Amino acid sequence: MIAVLALLTVAPLVWMISASFKPGNETFGPNLIPLRPTLENFTYVFTALPFWRYMLNSFFVAGTVTLVALWFHSMAGFALARLRFPGRELLFLAIFSTFLVSLPVIIVPLFILVRQLGMVNSYAGLIIPAIFNAFGIFLLRQFYIGIPGELQEAAIIDGAGYFGIYWNIMLPLSRPILAALAVFFFLANWNAFIWPLTITNDQNLWVVQIAIASFHQQYSASWNYIMAGSTVVALPTLILFFIFQRQLVESIKTSGLK
Amino acid sequence: MNVSLDAPSTSTKRPAAGRARQGLNHSQREALAAYLFILPDALGLLIFVALPMIFSLSLGFFSVNGFGGFQFVGLKNYQRMLVDPLFLKSFWVTFVYVLILVPALYVTGLGLALLVNRRMPFIGVFRSMFFVPNVVSLVVVALTWQVMLIDKVGFVNRLLQMIGLSGYSWLGDPRTALYSVLFVTVWFLMGYYMIIFMSGLQEIPKEYYDAARIDGAGPWSVFFRITLPLLRPTSFFVLLVSIVSAVAGSQAFDLIYVMTRGGPANSTSLVIFYIYQQAFQFNNYGYAAAMASFLVLILLVITVTLFALTKGGRFHFT
Repeated sequence: MIAVLALLTVAPLVWMISASFKPGNETFGPNLIPLRPTLENFTYVFTALPFWRYMLNSFFVAGTVTLVALWFHSMAGFALARLRFPGRELLFLAIFSTFLVSLPVIIVPLFILVRQLGMVNSYAGLIIPAIFNAFGIFLLRQFYIGIPGELQEAAIIDGAGYFGIYWNIMLPLSRPILAALAVFFFLANWNAFIWPLTITNDQNLWVVQIAIASFHQQYSASWNYIMAGSTVVALPTLILFFIFQRQLVESIKTSGLK
Repeated sequence: MNVSLDAPSTSTKRPAAGRARQGLNHSQREALAAYLFILPDALGLLIFVALPMIFSLSLGFFSVNGFGGFQFVGLKNYQRMLVDPLFLKSFWVTFVYVLILVPALYVTGLGLALLVNRRMPFIGVFRSMFFVPNVVSLVVVALTWQVMLIDKVGFVNRLLQMIGLSGYSWLGDPRTALYSVLFVTVWFLMGYYMIIFMSGLQEIPKEYYDAARIDGAGPWSVFFRITLPLLRPTSFFVLLVSIVSAVAGSQAFDLIYVMTRGGPANSTSLVIFYIYQQAFQFNNYGYAAAMASFLVLILLVITVTLFALTKGGRFHFT
C-alpha cells in the first residue's frame, strides 16, 4: 500500500517530465512513456526565448542571497549564543518575533519602502530584502549553543579575538549545518515567486519562475513548451534534493523540534 | 513551538582566567564585538521586516497614489472594507480554505508519518517520494496540475474516463475550483509535515509502547492513549505553522496566481490574493494595507490564543 501511495504522489512530476518529451499533439495523453519522444520542446524553449538569461538571473540571485545570508546569520547566531552583552535576551526575542511575519502580509509596505530606496527593477531589489530571515539565525544559534565551551575558553587563553573565534573555530565546526542551510536557502530563493513578481517588470531581470509563469500567459495553448520549461526549472531543485536530501530533512526536523 | 527562549547558562560560564585578559573593560569589549556581529542582520530585519510591519499598520489610514504621494484619509479604507462585497467574499473563501487545509494537513502528515515510521525494504525511497513535491517550485506545481486538470482533455479526466466516469472542469467550476487548489496544496505540503511528525514520533520513549504491549493494548488504544498525547509538542508546532501559513497564503498565492487568478467568479480569491490585486493591479496601496493590517490582527489573535492555551507552547512528558 505504501508503494502505491508513493507512486501516486510522484505521478504528477513523472507526468510533467514525460509531457516535456512529447510532441504537442500528444501532450494530454495518459501514457507516461512518450509514443514519439522528441527534444523539440526543449530546443524551442532555449532558442525562442532568452531562457539562459532567466536561468543565470535565478542562479545569481539565489546564490548571492544564500552566501550573504549564511555569513550574516552565522555571525548573529554566534554572538547570540556565545557572547555576553546587555539586552541579549531582548534582542533575541525581537529577532525571533519576526519569524511570524510572512512576506505576503507585508508585501505592500515592503514594496513602497524598496521603491523609495530606488531598488525597483534592480538586482539589489531582488537580492537584499530576501537575505534577512529569523529562521536561519535561530537554527545557527541553537547549533552554537551546543558547542562545548572549552574550545572557546582555550582560544581566549591563546589570545584569540572574537572574530578569530568565530572565523577559526565556530565556522569550521558548523560546516554541516551551514551546508544544510545553504541547500534550504538556495531552494527557497530559486523557487521564490511573489517577491520577484512584485519588484521586477524588466524582462532582463526576470528569474525563471516569472519566466515560466508569463510564458504560460502568452502561449496558453502550447502546453508542451510549458511542460518543457517547467521540467528545466524543476531539474536543479530535484538534483539538489537527491544529493542533499539527508541534510535538507535534518534541517526541517530541527526547525520543528529544537 | 516547544522552544526555550532563554539562552542556556552554559554559554555564559567562563573561567576567570579568560575574563581577566588585559583587565580593562573586558565585558565592554565583548559586548561591542557582539553588537558588531549582530548589526548586519539586526539592521536588515529592522528595515525589511519590522519597519514594513509597523508601516503597514499606519498605511491603512492613508490614500497612496502611484508616485508615492500620501494623503491622510482616516478610517475610510477600513469603512470601505466592511461594505466591499469582494473583500467579504475573499474573507469567507479564506475562512473555508483554512478550515479545510489545517485538519487535512494534520491528518495526511501524521498518517504518512505513521505509515513510513517502520523498518522495511525501500522505506527510505518511499519517504523521499512523499517529500519530493515539496522541493519543486509552486509555479511548476501549479502549471503541472493545471495541465492535468484541464477541461475534458487533462490527464486526470482521461483517467476518470477510463474507469467510466465523465470528465469535469475542475478549475473552471466555482463549486470545485477552491477544492482543487486545496488538494494541490495538501499534495505539496504533506511530505513536509510527514517529516515533522516523524521526528516527533521518534522522540517518544520506546518504554511507553513496550509497557502498553505488556498490558495488551490494541493499536487504536495505543494511538489514542500514548502516541497522540505524547505528540502534543509536535502537534502544537504543526498547528501553529499550518494555520499561520494558511492565513498568510504562503503557498496559496503562487498557486492561485498561476492556476485561477482568483476565479472563476472569485471562488478562489483569498484575502491575500485580493490584497495583491488591489495594490498592484489597481494601485490602491492604502486600501490594500488596511486589509493587510486586518489580516495581521487575525494572525496575532490566533498566535496569542495558541500560546495562551498551551502556556507558552511548553510541554513536558509527564
